[in-house]
Amino acid sequence: MRHRFLRLVAVVSVAGLVLAACGSDDGGGSPPAASDGAAEPADISGTTLTISNWDAYMPKSVVKGFEQETGVEVEYAIHTTNEDIMGKITAANGTGFDLVFVSGPFVQALTNLGWAAEIDQSQIPNLSNLDPEATELAFDPGNTHSVPYTWGTTGICYRDDLVGDAPTSWEAFRTPSPQTDGKMTMLGTDRWLLQPALLSLGYSINTTDPAQIEEAKAWTMSAKENLLAFDDTTFYSKLVSGEASLVQAWDGWCEYGRAEDPKNIDFVIPDEGSDLWTDTMVVLEASENKAAAYAFIDYILRPEIGKSIVEFTLYKMPNAGVMAAVDPAIIADFPTLAITPTELFEQEAQTDLGEDGTILWTETATEIKA
Amino acid sequence: MTGVAAPARRARGRVWGPRAVLLGPGVAWWVAFFLIPVGVLIAYSFFRRGPYGGVIYEPTLKNYARAFDSLYIGVLWTSVRIASIATAVSLLLAYPAALFITRAPARWRVPLLVLVILPFWTSFLIRTYAWIVLLNPAGLINKMLIGGGVIDEPLPLLYNEFAVTLGLVYAYLPLMVLPIYASLERLGPQPSEAAADLYATPSQVLRKITIPLTLPGIVAGCIFVFVPSLGNFIVPDLLGGGQTVMIGNVIQQQFLQARDWPFGAVLAMSVIALMVVVLAVQAQVHRRTQEVEHGRAA
Repeated sequence: MRHRFLRLVAVVSVAGLVLAACGSDDGGGSPPAASDGAAEPADISGTTLTISNWDAYMPKSVVKGFEQETGVEVEYAIHTTNEDIMGKITAANGTGFDLVFVSGPFVQALTNLGWAAEIDQSQIPNLSNLDPEATELAFDPGNTHSVPYTWGTTGICYRDDLVGDAPTSWEAFRTPSPQTDGKMTMLGTDRWLLQPALLSLGYSINTTDPAQIEEAKAWTMSAKENLLAFDDTTFYSKLVSGEASLVQAWDGWCEYGRAEDPKNIDFVIPDEGSDLWTDTMVVLEASENKAAAYAFIDYILRPEIGKSIVEFTLYKMPNAGVMAAVDPAIIADFPTLAITPTELFEQEAQTDLGEDGTILWTETATEIKA
Repeated sequence: MTGVAAPARRARGRVWGPRAVLLGPGVAWWVAFFLIPVGVLIAYSFFRRGPYGGVIYEPTLKNYARAFDSLYIGVLWTSVRIASIATAVSLLLAYPAALFITRAPARWRVPLLVLVILPFWTSFLIRTYAWIVLLNPAGLINKMLIGGGVIDEPLPLLYNEFAVTLGLVYAYLPLMVLPIYASLERLGPQPSEAAADLYATPSQVLRKITIPLTLPGIVAGCIFVFVPSLGNFIVPDLLGGGQTVMIGNVIQQQFLQARDWPFGAVLAMSVIALMVVVLAVQAQVHRRTQEVEHGRAA
């Protein structure tokens, strides 16, 4: 998720901070032990599995461990955004990868285009580790075409020592206190730009109703006057430096700030609620090595492997076994990891806006920012 | 006339082989990485968008009609304005600098030129981020000004059009200095000396001799700064705080968020069209100066 908008820009410049913030190196993940004793699937040794994922969204040790255990050679490609990987798949007419990591709305896109394979659930025994909530996600109920990787929400990340009263509502952006006026940032990317407005106004975060979007635009324009900037990539450093005191932030990104300033930085899901975003693994229909793709997904769903991913990315996985295995000290340091599936599931899941909806949203975003 | 033409023709026949060898790689590169992509862009601009990126091969002119919406014209105008200001400021800074380097003792010229291009040794992104560190309200510049008692409240140096213009000037200034330096170097000191001998004042020498004769360098420098400034989307994003939208941002948004490749292609074409106009102006200036020079030679 944090990589969703991590343009090349940020990859270069923020990677250092992120790594420092994570406080763990690639080597930190424990080597995989085939403890599950699940029946070995068809012989996939010697085959090649081509994966595309966001940069630094998985410790390298996970891939290496999978290679050692199965004898599969993994070609690991990187994409910067959902749209980036969609572009690559579109250009190759649905081919080129066996397994791709994309966010919820893009599962719908890949499915509608016929490029996502229907998951053969019998080949992924560890699916049973998923939280029940994670099998009912609005973009893919029943996990027929995707398996959730990580999930989380968006809220307000703020400096306790600088804001006075702790924020409880998205209205904080429209009615700032003297301490926060001109010291706030909001996410600038379409889907999150309008979200505080829509939630405040009580509309769906997936609305495509022009009248509601118009209202949300007016709300956001008036919030803009109180902002320092729209920022998708460096907002947590602004909090750490004190340049900003209150920012709209993804849960995991707020933790990167907290890693640098554990005493003063806090995260809240506002009273009006927020979104539930999910990043998933999708097997492409054109893949000629689906068996290896399923084996990889199954490997990711093992508690001890998932644990190393959570501790590396500071994002939650919808997998009770994994979350139980995570070092309690890390959860204490990064409390958004303790947000429960029930709490997350109360938030509205982002779904695809469709063609006209996407145009409307992007045009509105340009109007707000221009 | 005929006496000259015959050997010339023979010579031309002889050099075709080497010429192909010399030109081949460049032309191949140009065709593969410029001509074909631009061709694809032009083709895409006439089709309907695919729902998830890509295009549906149904011809339409709607994309072009949409580009004339006041929203996009406004963004284009902002971009042209910012790029023009950045170009003008660069010129004002670069011309004296280039003049200074030309007049410096010979052994200093190369080190000075190296200093001009030195910033290119570091990533553009990192240098742009460095400006955030310098300009922010708690940043170095504001701290020094407040510490020195010059101001009481931090100046709003970041996340506005000023910061964007500054970032562009900073990024492309060397591209202005180098061509101006080259044309000053080529001109040499003799014309100015001759003018001075004829009692021209230094300001007259500059206005009537040096500047007109280095016009090709000035125009080339302006193009080197204006063209990349116009299409830049990183500087407005980082230093403008997402609140100054330039055409590069909108194009990037069309491809990476709106999944509207055809409309992105149309907007990219509009930038290309603007650049063609600018280059035509440059060609005109270049031709005139050459005429003047040839006239002088004759």
